[in-house]
Amino acid sequence: MSITLTINGQKVTVPAGTTVLEAAAQAGIDIPTFCHDPELSKPGACRICVVEIKGMRNLPPSCVTTVVEGMEVETESADVVEARRTILDLLLANHPEDCMTCQKFGDCKLAEYAYRYGVRKASFVGDKSDFPVDESSAVLYRDMNKCILCGKCVRVCAEIVGRSVYDFTSRGFTTKVAPALDVGLGEIDESKCVSCGSCVAVCPVGAIVEKNMMGKARPWEVKKVKTTCPYCGCGCNFDLNVKDGKVVGVTSNPSSEVNGRHLCVKGRFGYDFIHSSDRLTRPLIKKDGEFVEASWDEAIRYVAYRMKEIKEKNGSEAMGVLTSARCTNEENYLMNKMARVAFGTNNIDHCARL
Amino acid sequence: MTNSIGEIKDCDYMLVIGSNTTETHPIISIEMRKALKNGATLVVADPRKTEIAELAKVHVPLKPGANIPLVMTMCNVIIEEGLYDKEFVTNRTEGFDELKEATAAFTPEAYAGVIGVSADTIREIARGFAKANNAAIFYTMGITQHTSGTTNVLAIANLSMLTGQIGKPSSGVNPLRGQNNVQGACDMGGLPNVFPGYQAVTDPANIEKFTRAWGVQQSEKVGLTVGEMMDAAHHGDLKALYILGENPMLSDPDISHVEKALDNLEFLVVQDLFLTETAMLADVVLPGASFAEKDGTFSNTERRVQRVRKAVEPVAGKADWEVISEVLTMMGYPHEYCSASDVFNEMVSITPQYAGMSFARLDQGGLQWPCPTADHPGTKYLHEGKFSRGLGKFTAVDFEPPAELPDEEYPFVLNTGRRLYHYHTGTMTRRAKGLNTIYSEETIEINPADACSLEVGDGDTVKVSSRRGSIMAKANVTKRVPQGMVFTSFHFSEVAVNFLTNTARDPIAKIPELKVAAVKVEKIS
Repeated sequence: MSITLTINGQKVTVPAGTTVLEAAAQAGIDIPTFCHDPELSKPGACRICVVEIKGMRNLPPSCVTTVVEGMEVETESADVVEARRTILDLLLANHPEDCMTCQKFGDCKLAEYAYRYGVRKASFVGDKSDFPVDESSAVLYRDMNKCILCGKCVRVCAEIVGRSVYDFTSRGFTTKVAPALDVGLGEIDESKCVSCGSCVAVCPVGAIVEKNMMGKARPWEVKKVKTTCPYCGCGCNFDLNVKDGKVVGVTSNPSSEVNGRHLCVKGRFGYDFIHSSDRLTRPLIKKDGEFVEASWDEAIRYVAYRMKEIKEKNGSEAMGVLTSARCTNEENYLMNKMARVAFGTNNIDHCARL
Repeated sequence: MTNSIGEIKDCDYMLVIGSNTTETHPIISIEMRKALKNGATLVVADPRKTEIAELAKVHVPLKPGANIPLVMTMCNVIIEEGLYDKEFVTNRTEGFDELKEATAAFTPEAYAGVIGVSADTIREIARGFAKANNAAIFYTMGITQHTSGTTNVLAIANLSMLTGQIGKPSSGVNPLRGQNNVQGACDMGGLPNVFPGYQAVTDPANIEKFTRAWGVQQSEKVGLTVGEMMDAAHHGDLKALYILGENPMLSDPDISHVEKALDNLEFLVVQDLFLTETAMLADVVLPGASFAEKDGTFSNTERRVQRVRKAVEPVAGKADWEVISEVLTMMGYPHEYCSASDVFNEMVSITPQYAGMSFARLDQGGLQWPCPTADHPGTKYLHEGKFSRGLGKFTAVDFEPPAELPDEEYPFVLNTGRRLYHYHTGTMTRRAKGLNTIYSEETIEINPADACSLEVGDGDTVKVSSRRGSIMAKANVTKRVPQGMVFTSFHFSEVAVNFLTNTARDPIAKIPELKVAAVKVEKIS
């Protein structure tokens, strides 16, 4: 059954059971959200997505309000904007003002909405959280002073990753998201964190960031190149973040068919080897037991010459190729031709059995 | 995989054999958790109490190599109790009588001991699997890295066909491939018996096809597998070897044997990112380019071909496909390509499963083979309506114990595998700061009872020896491993477990028995 409603004067028809937030998205109308995530359960907690609906007494949160026939919704009415400004004002009242050096700057939902609704400075004066920063993880940096308690990290870890590493602790002003018994995330025997970073992928602010990306690049400086992970056979996709010709990070790409935003610790944090100082940069030819650097031209000529010589002397069956489960299809296809065309043998295998 | 990763969440029965899924395929384990949340039953067969085993309704702690008893007793129960899919068996299979005869001796009572659960539990597992709407089997090297690897896989095929649990969504046989492009390397003809697309070298029609396509007479003689190449090098029959992105000096069984074999070659070329243990032995080392430095495609475990995109320039100036084509050209076989896409286009023209693919299509999203034509959407699951060979064939299989079992001198079984934080021979992950900080030292897992009798405490250094070599490592005393077994990974050169492993191979697939070797454990400090 489909339902027709009006959003900002625009008629929208959606299936029954759709939320106002989803209906608005379908109509191309953006409603701000903090705690909402299409993959997770809906607590309807942060209230930033409130809208005005004719005939309703309060401003209902659009993420948990289901459409009904003939509903008339305003997403940016004066009352709605005032409510959102107040919510932002309250959030900013207990938020560090260190946006200039925050890793999330440029990609922060709090900053984005504060800008959108012109909330320049918190008008409430009072205590500010002063939690110690959790730097215990080798890969994640958690500053709970920046946390807006949207709970997405709590839910993604419980509902998708299946580990429930995080939960809300304490009450009221002192509420904080933490692993059990408030141990450091990096104390993995206790926290049970597997460092997959799905919490980073959903965090809307700078409360959880990738340690190895800190200080390396601003979001607008990086070129994102979608590619396929070089580790196990799952075939996850992600974005390589590139600045000045260097890979400075890996971030989730929600359009990834196999994995969505989720990765494992290797996929998200295992890229340092690319620019390792141990990388071979020039061909090496062994002379009198020692490796000597050579030009590409010299090395390739020498390889071709020796291979031809041995093939001519001993025949094709004396030749072999080990191709690579790590390399691309194109490279494997060419190695198959190395064996079958250039060497003249079917002596080709790879580590599929290992 | 005959199924797709996206279908896992809709399985209502998952039989996971010899797969440490949460560590080796974390994203697939996320999908399994979704199925569990939807009410699916999970049964895990593994000698170790892995994390996925902890999540299971039943953990079957089978004795090393006892895969056949488990699967065949399940078949026995299913046939005895008439729970098999008669319609599927009649219409889509052959050889049922042979299977029935072969399963007769596999009563749950006779094999409960090696399977590690009671006969009643075996019956319960078998019934659940047969009666499920969508039962799927998942396995990794715990099935294949045995001298019985091929028969283990055939047994799994028997079980899936017997119950009609194949050829439909969320129901099938799903080997989880361990490396990013191991599927693709096989698809591309990186095997001694097949051209690209699994076209057998022994078929004269294929010899003619590839001879014409490549302009060079092709050989119908099946080539050597990696283990056989090592043997041939050892004997002096293999003289020259070109290794691309592999590190057999850590990954292959019996490293001492590998080293002698590679040393015996007249000429060894290694193309790699790093000066690996294997590259050290080479006559020429050519610098490789990482996945971030080149264009191309990888094929994942569900046959999905996806783009790899160049993000940065190759550190050494050339992508691997450029280097290989230059060597080919220099050897007198001109191979001049402008791009990886050119190579791909040549490949798809002779590889039926990939025939409908192009970089332009893949840029819109991955495609799962078979994808025979440019308008074909790709194939989510295999064997719908018909098997590749027509009728599915049941194979009578029997139980053969592993080649090397514990004895008085070597009383422990050594089992090997992987860790969440590292990958293969560690050349990449050991150079990733975060990973190497979290997991910086390899250990040997040993059961508390064994540790107690050897007076080994957690963190003590132990020496583990087999008939082929010795390694030393700190003990990790844990109930994850059963009594009589020790376990470690092959990621760390400091704890190069393949000095110990057995080169005994499956007679057909030639896969080494890396899951079972007899060792002794001694306390050092």
